[in-house]
Amino acid sequence: MKILVAVKRVVDFNVKVRVKSDNSGVETANLKMSMNPFDEIAVEEAIKLKEAGSATEIVAVSMGPAACQETLRSAMAMGADRAILVQTDVELQPLAVAKLLHAILKKENPQLVILGKQAIDDDSNQTGQMLAALANLPQGTFASKVKLSGDGVEVTREIDGGLETVALKLPAIITTDLRLNTPRYVTLPNIMKAKKKPLETMTPESLGVDVKPRLKTLKVQEPPKRKPGAKVADVKELVAKLRSEAKVI
Amino acid sequence: MAALVIAEHDNRLIRSGTLNAVSAATKLGGEVHVLVAGHQCGAAAAAAKQIAGIAKVRVADAPQYKDGLAESLAALVVSIAKEYTHILTPATTFGKNFLPRVAALLDVAQISDVVAVENPDTFVRPIYAGNAMATVQSSDRIKVITVRTTAFDAAAASGGSATVEPVAPAADAAQSKMLGQELTKSERPELAGAKIVVSGGRGVGSAENFKLVGQLADKMGAALGASRAAVDAGFAPNDYQVGQTGKIVAPDLYVAVGISGAIQHLAGMKDSRVIVAINKDADAPIFQVADYGLVADLFQAVPELISELDKK
Repeated sequence: MKILVAVKRVVDFNVKVRVKSDNSGVETANLKMSMNPFDEIAVEEAIKLKEAGSATEIVAVSMGPAACQETLRSAMAMGADRAILVQTDVELQPLAVAKLLHAILKKENPQLVILGKQAIDDDSNQTGQMLAALANLPQGTFASKVKLSGDGVEVTREIDGGLETVALKLPAIITTDLRLNTPRYVTLPNIMKAKKKPLETMTPESLGVDVKPRLKTLKVQEPPKRKPGAKVADVKELVAKLRSEAKVI
Repeated sequence: MAALVIAEHDNRLIRSGTLNAVSAATKLGGEVHVLVAGHQCGAAAAAAKQIAGIAKVRVADAPQYKDGLAESLAALVVSIAKEYTHILTPATTFGKNFLPRVAALLDVAQISDVVAVENPDTFVRPIYAGNAMATVQSSDRIKVITVRTTAFDAAAASGGSATVEPVAPAADAAQSKMLGQELTKSERPELAGAKIVVSGGRGVGSAENFKLVGQLADKMGAALGASRAAVDAGFAPNDYQVGQTGKIVAPDLYVAVGISGAIQHLAGMKDSRVIVAINKDADAPIFQVADYGLVADLFQAVPELISELDKK
């Protein structure tokens, strides 16, 4: 069974971004970039399925500028077998990414596609669901457990009130939530090995996909700031203030 | 111009996020319709009819809509989408799951987690865990939107008198099947709509100690939340998680116990009206957003707080 995993290069989760002074976007130059944390979980899950003997090949896919090669090398250092980069400098929105992935799906015919549930930069939480729709496949989003069974897969999903489990026919699309697994650290020998693994480059044009953005960003602003608060000396003062000043209890 | 709000419900009751989505839809200026898709969902449809400000409730009652599975629900919404300029649903796990499918099938963008409607094609949404607010304009014919529920007041659940009209079910996608749900049972209020939320973080130290945070929540009549660190460490279940990738809350009072205040957590609670932080580290970033900060060992402060709240 072949598994496709999608990985996105994003500003590292530890970095607090700043809005550009001309309000055209956020400043991303010279910031530390990493693989989107939910995508690391996706790669890890694919590797686990391979280690368990359920999967035979893992193909990592990323989209964006040439620097996304680093993200793909990280995925291969974790354990992906080969990689595909769809290279473009156009701003890719979720619908465009889903269309590009759909084009790759048609070439690769994987039985399972695993993606992070959301990227921590645009926080859209759309791509996996959109890909499932375009490919007319079932979806198991926000997965906390994945179990292959016969010609299907059972996905336990994190929902607002707890958990639910759905059975999907394969091929299927899965998006990861936090508790699915803990991604492994990459080791130096594996980083070296990853450099020799195949990385194929394509373009939106070669895949015949129109990636023109549908949403135009008019401006990006700082969120409203909270008034600075104050420290209280003890529990008594806290309760007194909550009662008489804030009037919330 | 008309907007369609897809209701979140359990076939009997309309879930509160639907009312916030209706409120966002009324800001668009056109007629608002609500779609109730379920199975034996007459009670939910009757409840939807009472929502103030809506003109029509459309009801699709068929077995394939019983569990809100994305594949079948998306196909249904697409079958009536052409009648609308806007399609909205709450940005809950229900809405996030199926709505992008609708957008992709219509070949339009989705605008996620909208916090403000500027005009019928321009919306504000948070990016980078709420560290920036983007104003985006859609050129698509149909705008597909998930609504951040805390950003819009709930529409009144009663007083309306919408007409009710059936919708023919779309073909059953039959690609997925619900095997079962394990819902967290709790006497406490739900996180999303609670007036007071008490959350614990890594500083709480263990699942056993987390009960202390629960006691404080019970004393205050509050919902119980947790930071991602506390969830990752196994102190609390994932559906308690408040933050960028968990739930977004904006109660009147948010009490953060043993939470350092990582940006991912702040993303989920910084719009609360009053924030209290209890942490032994005076430099913890949570104090930068707290209206009232108490630098103290939570294992002393929380029991003391519980007994102080008993005094009138």
